[in-house]
Amino acid sequence: MTRPTVTLFIQCLVDSLSPETGDAMVRVLERLGVRMHYPPNQTCCGQPAFNSGYRREAAKAARRFLDIFEDSEAIVCPSGSCVHMVRHHYLDLFRDEPAQLARARMVADKTFEFTEYLVDILGVTDPGAQLDCRFDGAVTYHDSCHLARGLGIRRQPRLLLENTPGLTLIEMDESDRCCGFGGTFSVKYPEISTAMVDDKVRTILDTGAKAVVGCDVSCLMNIQGRLSRLGSNVRALHIAEILAEGGK
Amino acid sequence: MNQPKDKTYSELAHDAIGNEELHAAIRMIQDRIGKSAQALWRDEITPEHRRLAKEARMRTLDNLDEVLAALAEKIRARGGHVHFAATAEDARHYCLEVARKHNIKRVVKGKSMTSAEIGVDPLLESEGIEVVETDLGEYIIQLAGDTPSHIIAPCIHMNKRQIGKLFQEKLGIPYSEDPPTLTRAARKALREKLLTADMGLSGCNIACAETGHVCLVSNEGNIRMATTMPKVHIALMGMERVTATLAEHDMLLRLLTRGAAAQKVSTYVSFLGGPRQPGETDGPEEFHLVIIDNGRMKMLADPRFREVLSCIRCGGCLNICPVYGRIGGHAYNGPYPGPIGAVVMPLLQGVNEHADLCRGESLCGACKDICPVNNDLPRMLSELRHMLAYGDENWEVAPVDKTEARAFKAWSAAMSCRTAYNLLVKAGRLVQAPFVKNGALSKGVGPLTKWTATRDFPPIARKTFAERWKTDHAKRLNETDNE
Repeated sequence: MTRPTVTLFIQCLVDSLSPETGDAMVRVLERLGVRMHYPPNQTCCGQPAFNSGYRREAAKAARRFLDIFEDSEAIVCPSGSCVHMVRHHYLDLFRDEPAQLARARMVADKTFEFTEYLVDILGVTDPGAQLDCRFDGAVTYHDSCHLARGLGIRRQPRLLLENTPGLTLIEMDESDRCCGFGGTFSVKYPEISTAMVDDKVRTILDTGAKAVVGCDVSCLMNIQGRLSRLGSNVRALHIAEILAEGGK
Repeated sequence: MNQPKDKTYSELAHDAIGNEELHAAIRMIQDRIGKSAQALWRDEITPEHRRLAKEARMRTLDNLDEVLAALAEKIRARGGHVHFAATAEDARHYCLEVARKHNIKRVVKGKSMTSAEIGVDPLLESEGIEVVETDLGEYIIQLAGDTPSHIIAPCIHMNKRQIGKLFQEKLGIPYSEDPPTLTRAARKALREKLLTADMGLSGCNIACAETGHVCLVSNEGNIRMATTMPKVHIALMGMERVTATLAEHDMLLRLLTRGAAAQKVSTYVSFLGGPRQPGETDGPEEFHLVIIDNGRMKMLADPRFREVLSCIRCGGCLNICPVYGRIGGHAYNGPYPGPIGAVVMPLLQGVNEHADLCRGESLCGACKDICPVNNDLPRMLSELRHMLAYGDENWEVAPVDKTEARAFKAWSAAMSCRTAYNLLVKAGRLVQAPFVKNGALSKGVGPLTKWTATRDFPPIARKTFAERWKTDHAKRLNETDNE
């Protein structure tokens, strides 16, 4: 059997602020026998500029992304919003450039969010057996907006968490309500953003879980930042860090 | 209680965020109606129904001139008057002319956001005409000299104590905070107004060209009285609020009452299409339909924004939006609040004037999910931001923020080359060094202070993933590969 090969798309926030999430993803893919490439010249997919309206700058980043990744077999990223950017917004960005649009479509079709790749492509259903992972305690799961609504990924992360030995998943109320991050929104409208993360924190704490798990470090950074400012010990963890726990 | 018009979006949001009672009231409406509408979309109305409704809406919009002409023809054939108003000014002056012609003293209104959009009330009042809202929520707002804060629950921001005090002062009743008592008092006062008014002024939920009717929904019966008892009835409608066929109308009505209030049908549904006909016992002597453009043609002509005209103003997006959930309707500072307002207000009144509405959302997409006609509001907000970033001649938009534009140019340069990116990371590490405590930044510099005022921020890692890949993973994985 040929080993699956992926090219790692490690978005800027993970690269610079949360590299341990990238480490965890590598460890998980390694346990599954996946062959990995990492293009060292990658930077950012262009999402911050796109969401703020700066489409020329976003398109420049997007063209660069296509240059770097277009020959990959499969592209895997530990972020729903970056994959949503590549899969959906690149098509908006290049709507008037047929040549780029064709490349964007091709790359979009082979770009996967981490849990989507594990469950839908590799067929991981039993992380205990397949990854030898273990996580003791109760966690709750936050559906990031672009992951859940943009990519329709709600089932895959839950399947992985529910089948992780030692882990109890407690659903929070309105798990897909926005945490208030919204990229530059969080610093342009900090008071609104904070009020929103306060709503999110309340629903997290109501579950009594010791950690909130998600698939996007951007949201987790926002939630963690508010949790620790409020003096809570509840941790915000990327799902890769759960799946990389324990084992070999 | 009038909100000061000179306050910014953030300032108005600040006023609301501090108000825990408002927060609880909106949470209640989002919990009850928002979640119920979602459940209806899941359990009863199929995605196919919504898709077909949207398709029908877009088809009607594609032929809007013909559809409106057919509507007008049907209504005129019944002896009704139809006026096409290009601007708000045109529309409100038409209403005033009709009122003058009939020497109108008192106007009773059915709930209409379009009337607020065109500013007809102040004009009529300036001529000494009394204008009375008859929707309970709108009546409360009017007595308070306030503005609505929700499309279907206009006084959601007021509690029963405030309403009790207001009624004590304005209606001269003993103080009470018992909702039935307050409702009875309003009903008594309104009944007198309804029985003595000589003109009714309403909006239009959905018109139907095939039958030549405007349809109005309500739960209080006030609209039926306001539109049939006075001798003159004027209905105001945005030019897009029309369906070509009764079948399309039926599809939309089902979506409207469900999206608005999770009701299969509202208590009252009125179909009005002209003055009282010979042999009929009720209805107005004169009927006017004012079909208003006021900027809608421009939206129709722009493929980026055309679909927003398919909105049926159910207000469903307000009942799910996490931003609206915290800032309430007044922060939007106009007749159309919430996610739909954030797209429509800039297009109607000026993108630069309402730049904060275009920029002040997290683009979470909940509004798109709940919209009965699948309007992609986040996409349109993104388009509005695009116009604000570089300017747009057609919409007379000027670039909004030179500092931000420069920042994104610099960002673009850094992201175009890994060496530049690495330098930025290194510079970040140096700048953050004095601020890192217990593995987090609790104080930042520059724009980051906006974050760190209320939240910790993770410091830039000692080793980026790229560095870890090179020194750790690549080597290990190569060894495994070669085993």
